[in-house]
Amino acid sequence: MNIGWYLAVSAIIFCIGAGGVLTRRNPLVVLLCLELMLNGANLALVAFARMWGSEDGQIFALIVMVLAACEVTVGLGLVVAIYRRRLPIDVDELNELQG
Amino acid sequence: MSAVLFFIAAIGAISGAIGVVMMRNPFYSVLALAFHLVSLAALFLLLRAEFVAAAQVVVYAGAVMVLYVFVVAYVGGGEQLASGAVLRILGPLFALALAIELCIAMLGAGLKGVNSRGAPFVLGFGTPKHIGNLFLTKYLFPFELASILLLVAAIGAVVLARRRRGLEPDEQAAYRVEAPRPAYTGTMAEAAGLRPAGGEEPLKPEVEPVGTTTGDATQQQGDW
Repeated sequence: MNIGWYLAVSAIIFCIGAGGVLTRRNPLVVLLCLELMLNGANLALVAFARMWGSEDGQIFALIVMVLAACEVTVGLGLVVAIYRRRLPIDVDELNELQG
Repeated sequence: MSAVLFFIAAIGAISGAIGVVMMRNPFYSVLALAFHLVSLAALFLLLRAEFVAAAQVVVYAGAVMVLYVFVVAYVGGGEQLASGAVLRILGPLFALALAIELCIAMLGAGLKGVNSRGAPFVLGFGTPKHIGNLFLTKYLFPFELASILLLVAAIGAVVLARRRRGLEPDEQAAYRVEAPRPAYTGTMAEAAGLRPAGGEEPLKPEVEPVGTTTGDATQQQGDW
């Protein structure tokens, strides 16, 4: 398979994730869609690593995975904190910082 | 063969991604994401990234998904799909525009490697040995930084999700110790008859102390 096919799949996954971040209201699902975007980027990185025949892109993908894990931990901690305070779990209603 | 595998994995990954966005129940979204991640691991394997694929399955589809499932089970609740009417239409339009833009950028880039099958395969490409070698030599600083970041995230999550105002009222009642008062150890007001004596019948503690009456019986029974 040409590398272009993999890049196309990664672009589609990234765009699905971006659309989800914009349309969904539940912060849990927004986090899941962020994961989708990161995974799309990961696929492109690994595809480019294959294209060049060097493993540097794979290292980059692994670091992105670590970042995603950190983001999920903090994000889920925030969701649990929101739930504990009996606030609505809805990103449209949590707009205090919007000014 | 690799083309067939590619199309199966790619369709799986894309349908999983669509499932994440479209499912109303967050629990099903999480399951769709797990499916998506496993399909993506297959794509990584086709790109000869063995270690990344294994890490994807173990870290993502294993650990992170379990975290998600726990939080979804704790918080729960299905949600309505979209916010206002503006974003509901604008969001997918934006995503479509982004997809078209990215495809144009990739097709128009003119990179020779994009239309090839990649560099010739070298034995040992993408194995844990090579990855670990790179992590501990060329990319040592990002590696250490990632470990510090993980520590910071773990502490941050604990601080964010902890209880702030002590225990809940009913939990506090459960923890309050009601000390039993033996007979004849009343106050002076009770001795003078001003107040009914509370020490006639000692209050039984809720938790039976270990090693008294019942404890001995079980010990004798089970002492073999």
